[in-house]
Amino acid sequence: MSALADLGIAFGRVAFAMLFVVNTAALLGWVERKQSAIMQDRIGANRASILGFRVLGLFHPIADAIKMLTKEDFRPARADRFLFALAPFVSVFFGLVAFASIPFGDTLRAAGREIPLQAVTLNVGLLYVFAMLSLGVYGVMIAGWSSANNFALLGGQRAAALMISAEIAIGASIMGVVMWYGSLNLQDIVRGQGALLFGWIPKWGLVTQPLAFVLFVTAGIAATKRIPFDTPEGESEIIGYFVEYSGMKFGMFLMADLVETTVIAGLTTSLFLGGWQVPYLGAAGFAFPWGATLALPHLLVVLLQVGAFVLKVSAVIFFMMLVRWTLPRFRYDQAMRLGWLGLFPLSILNIALTGLVLLLWGGRA
Amino acid sequence: MRGLQRFYLVEVLSGVGLTATHFFRNMGGHIRRSLGQRDASGAVTIQYPEERRPYSPRLRTLHRLVQREDGSPRCVACMMCETVCPARCIYIVAAEHPNPEIEKVPARFDIDVGKCVFCGYCVEACPEDAIRMDTGILEFASYSRRGMVYTKETLLSLRPAGPDGRPQSPIPIPADREP
Repeated sequence: MSALADLGIAFGRVAFAMLFVVNTAALLGWVERKQSAIMQDRIGANRASILGFRVLGLFHPIADAIKMLTKEDFRPARADRFLFALAPFVSVFFGLVAFASIPFGDTLRAAGREIPLQAVTLNVGLLYVFAMLSLGVYGVMIAGWSSANNFALLGGQRAAALMISAEIAIGASIMGVVMWYGSLNLQDIVRGQGALLFGWIPKWGLVTQPLAFVLFVTAGIAATKRIPFDTPEGESEIIGYFVEYSGMKFGMFLMADLVETTVIAGLTTSLFLGGWQVPYLGAAGFAFPWGATLALPHLLVVLLQVGAFVLKVSAVIFFMMLVRWTLPRFRYDQAMRLGWLGLFPLSILNIALTGLVLLLWGGRA
Repeated sequence: MRGLQRFYLVEVLSGVGLTATHFFRNMGGHIRRSLGQRDASGAVTIQYPEERRPYSPRLRTLHRLVQREDGSPRCVACMMCETVCPARCIYIVAAEHPNPEIEKVPARFDIDVGKCVFCGYCVEACPEDAIRMDTGILEFASYSRRGMVYTKETLLSLRPAGPDGRPQSPIPIPADREP
């Protein structure tokens, strides 16, 4: 009975993380349309209706999925049959599993159990996320190569080059965070951000590592392969790695981009925005710096924390969409230069500065 | 300045600031509108089939043939419009009118609106004020070229547009239109 309950709890944790990513990614298609429309003084897609109900165009993702699934699934005659079919799955899969070690809440205590609100508790969670994110580019490269199309190949190679320059900057920029909080476990990093600086500023990564935040967000947007870093796609020059794809396989590549956006947003939240931390909210309730306290039941605290995580992820996604619909595409060499000559040296500088601060002011207090 | 631009961050933030301003201003408009404030608006969109922008009264739309009081066409088949038409889209076959006071009457009066350039010369040229382009009908389309040919009977049946510029007669469908 206990084993069955454990299995159910494990399943629930995985299902929550999985469904959160999948549904957010599906919804992002709608968010993207509507947000860009509102930014550009338009209304946006609102015509899909079920029984006359339009609900702000929320049925458009469903209509899109139906369209993608019923379209012809075309494969070029000289394409590699197996790899061509494999590529979109690889692309989506690694994006989806990357979210597993991002904590969406603190420990939930119910019925004598302690349930960590995280799909998988890994003490190298951060490394795991980056490993999975980096593997995601294999799907893109395989797609580019197996299509037997020079433009697709070019797109795949650009994706690989962009990924390397972005990943290096990401990896180097989070080293500062890891040094500061002294852990590779994302749950520990989030817990560390619950402390207060000078007694009233929540010690979020944004406060302690502002330079790393800017570098990470920039490199993170580059890692999602979306505008302004969509050189692998570059729809006006080389149509990109998915030029030969159609139907749902093409849809999966689009989905993979949105899944990666969600993962990067979740990671930004966990590393720099305090993850599930609500300012001044402890395990027993609110304890404000001016001395007031407000006791809350455990379940409400957990709900508030999960809600805060979702809210923060949404805010980061909003910002990423804002950037995506504001900036034009970087030229390929500009993107490379920004990655190697801009982000990378700055993140090394950030490591040095963090080390200096930790050395001078002692420990990670 | 160039160094500042190559630093990207300042320029990026100013750009993001501009689009974010638009977003929040428009979002406020949308929210106020959904809360019942009719004049608030978050977009410049006119949702076309349901909403239309007002047409100018001078707008040249689908032609119509003006009727006499007995319902016959006022046209006397003088061929002025057919002659002046730069697109040569008017085809008239003249016939004797039973009334000796009236010179002729069109036996056929076809306009191929697929060719028509809506210059309005036919209206200008007509000595009898028998053809006008004031129906307000703009949305005529067909899957075939033949379906764009409007005959005398169809053109005679059309009404002028109302004071709001909206058509008062339904969009005519030529009898030989292919689906």
